[in-house]
Amino acid sequence: MDGYIWLIPSFPAVGFILNGLLGKRLPRHFVSFVGCLSVLASFIVSLAFLLELLKLPPEARILEGDVFEWIVSGEFSTAVGFRIDPLSIVMCLVVSGVGFLIHVYSVGYMHDDPGYPRYFTYLNLFVFMMLTLVTANNVLLMFVGWEGVGLCSYLLIGFWYEKDSASNAGKKAFIVNRIGDYGFLLGIFLLFVTLGLRGVWTLNFAEIERHRELLTAQAPLITLLFFIGATGKSAQIPLYVWLPDAMEGPTPVSALIHAATMVTAGVYMIARLHFLYDMAPQTMYVVALIGVLTAIFAASIGFAQYDIKRVLAYSTISQLGYMFTGVGVGAYAAGVFHLMTHAFFKALLFLGAGSVMHALAGELDMRKMGGLRRYLPTTYWTFFVACLAIAGIPGFSGFLSKDEILWRAFSSPHGGLFIYCVGLVTAGMTAFYMFRLLFNTFHGGERLDPHVRHHIHESPKVMTVPLVVLAVLSVVGGYVGVPHVLGGEARFERFLEPVFGSAETEARSTSLELSLMALSVVVALLGIYIAYRYYVAKPELARSFVERHERLFATVHNKYYVDELYGFLFVRRLLQLGAFLKRFIDEALIDGIVNGIGYFLRGIGGLIRFLQSGYVQAYAFSIVVGAIVVIGYLLIRVIP
Amino acid sequence: MLEVPATLFLLLSGVLFVVGAIGVITRRNGIVVFMCIELMLNAANLAFVSSTRLTQGLEGMVFVFFVMAVAAAEAAVGLAIFVMIFRLKGTINVDEINLLKG
Repeated sequence: MDGYIWLIPSFPAVGFILNGLLGKRLPRHFVSFVGCLSVLASFIVSLAFLLELLKLPPEARILEGDVFEWIVSGEFSTAVGFRIDPLSIVMCLVVSGVGFLIHVYSVGYMHDDPGYPRYFTYLNLFVFMMLTLVTANNVLLMFVGWEGVGLCSYLLIGFWYEKDSASNAGKKAFIVNRIGDYGFLLGIFLLFVTLGLRGVWTLNFAEIERHRELLTAQAPLITLLFFIGATGKSAQIPLYVWLPDAMEGPTPVSALIHAATMVTAGVYMIARLHFLYDMAPQTMYVVALIGVLTAIFAASIGFAQYDIKRVLAYSTISQLGYMFTGVGVGAYAAGVFHLMTHAFFKALLFLGAGSVMHALAGELDMRKMGGLRRYLPTTYWTFFVACLAIAGIPGFSGFLSKDEILWRAFSSPHGGLFIYCVGLVTAGMTAFYMFRLLFNTFHGGERLDPHVRHHIHESPKVMTVPLVVLAVLSVVGGYVGVPHVLGGEARFERFLEPVFGSAETEARSTSLELSLMALSVVVALLGIYIAYRYYVAKPELARSFVERHERLFATVHNKYYVDELYGFLFVRRLLQLGAFLKRFIDEALIDGIVNGIGYFLRGIGGLIRFLQSGYVQAYAFSIVVGAIVVIGYLLIRVIP
Repeated sequence: MLEVPATLFLLLSGVLFVVGAIGVITRRNGIVVFMCIELMLNAANLAFVSSTRLTQGLEGMVFVFFVMAVAAAEAAVGLAIFVMIFRLKGTINVDEINLLKG
């Protein structure tokens, strides 16, 4: 079956081509059909590969197949080749599974949009690129997918391009991502050259892993450069600024690209190259530190946002920070586990927010909501489940994955008390801002605009069914990874062991782990209680708090003025540089050279222009004179 | 019968050619210029025929037919052009027509 891995990404590619070329001329049913089924087909093939993998003994669970030679140069050659192992199959299932649900949801959500075929074209292209990214067997093809998802992200953020804010957000996302990609690219170069100078010309993951000892000296720098790429794609400090703005895109896009899949590409990449990161403890520490700082920083911004999608965006950044903390302390399996559960509950949260927007004619401000649980029961219950999952309440998937990360942050030699404490505080903050969102939106008094009021309705089945499926996944998704301490078998971790190696390096202290778990549950419940007290029991408390700490609130509400700071430090300077280059290099120098050549030639032409009088007889005369001269020359010089 | 030497024919052809060329250069009326061109072509024909007489070959004769055919075609096209120019400019004086001025 190795030779058929390319099928997984190729179904959405076919969907992309069909919808892209024919979508405008065909009925909407056809577009939806192609869009959804192509992703479903990928999901089914991924499932088949999962079963295939499970049949193999754990250490043989790598299927690899090259489709064709891509670049050959001297001793170096790289192929378009795909690889399925436990890590990539998890990613494939998440991408195609969650992707399929979101495609179905989009059929309802985008129903009246004039750009319907274009939307599904981009979405299919995205799934194609994302599946290429996760199934590639070499760094170069992975980079193709990496750039491809960035492109789709740009296209879909700016989907409503007639809106200025949307097209600006798209550009911002693209440019900030390019900064990260630059680091990624430098990392590839350094990796390639370092291996090449030692006689191994390859970029294949398995080959790199086999020759990893050649990279010992360069590993910290290479991994750091790759991590810069990850901070761009996965919205970590300092390149996180594009993700909140990316909420300008359609909500299902935010769910699929900016919550569940694309933004986790950085985590996947680190997990995929974990053998390099293992050799660079300094980088690991940087990754964990950036991760945990991003987690708490973004969570604090989430406190003071009123736009429900922005709260979710900051929550995504914060949860991605958790994942990086996980991979940074060497708990790759825990990071990927959280990636998976997060994909379920965060996609659910975004789709729920989309459902609210759908009901309220696009309203996003939670100050104009409240009491919606009566009108949107399905949305409310599924949203509630997702909030419990992200807050880390026992019994829901987020609890298991987040606690695994926190425990490993505490116990791993790469981690430490500081990282653990920050992570723990963030867990409480997460619970607070998520329930603030829930209470403000669905509980309390109605603060709806009157014209929205009579329009309000629960979303159609095509939208609520994916919500319910995702809600079920948000609950049961965690049970594949119940740790030993709770009587489980940590099946998820066991499944990923062939990739990451055995995680049980240190003896676990059961009582310590249980008490830390209890501590994080207490912190989460505390966060929920505070949110309840401030927003349901005594809403005036929140109001008076904001009034008393107006300065502080404004600072947080304005995202600590980071955008303004970046604008002042970088954007303004770059614009100045651009203006300078335009005026002096482009207009003066380059245009000067081009125009100068033109003027020069025109000048020469002017000199001999008068010969071209236009009178036939003048020409005839010159012909005759010429003939006489030639004949005369022949007569005088040649013939005698 | 008195044999006229071929060189006389060639001389006549040269004279005709020069007359034609001078006409082309000096005359203002387009039709006359045209006639002068015909004169030059016929001078060339005469040169062909007389040189054929010298060499007893056939090639020159064949060329004359070609030249005559081309001259006829050229006269047709040229006169049509003059008709058009006359409609456009109201004159066929070649020194008043400089549409191709650079």
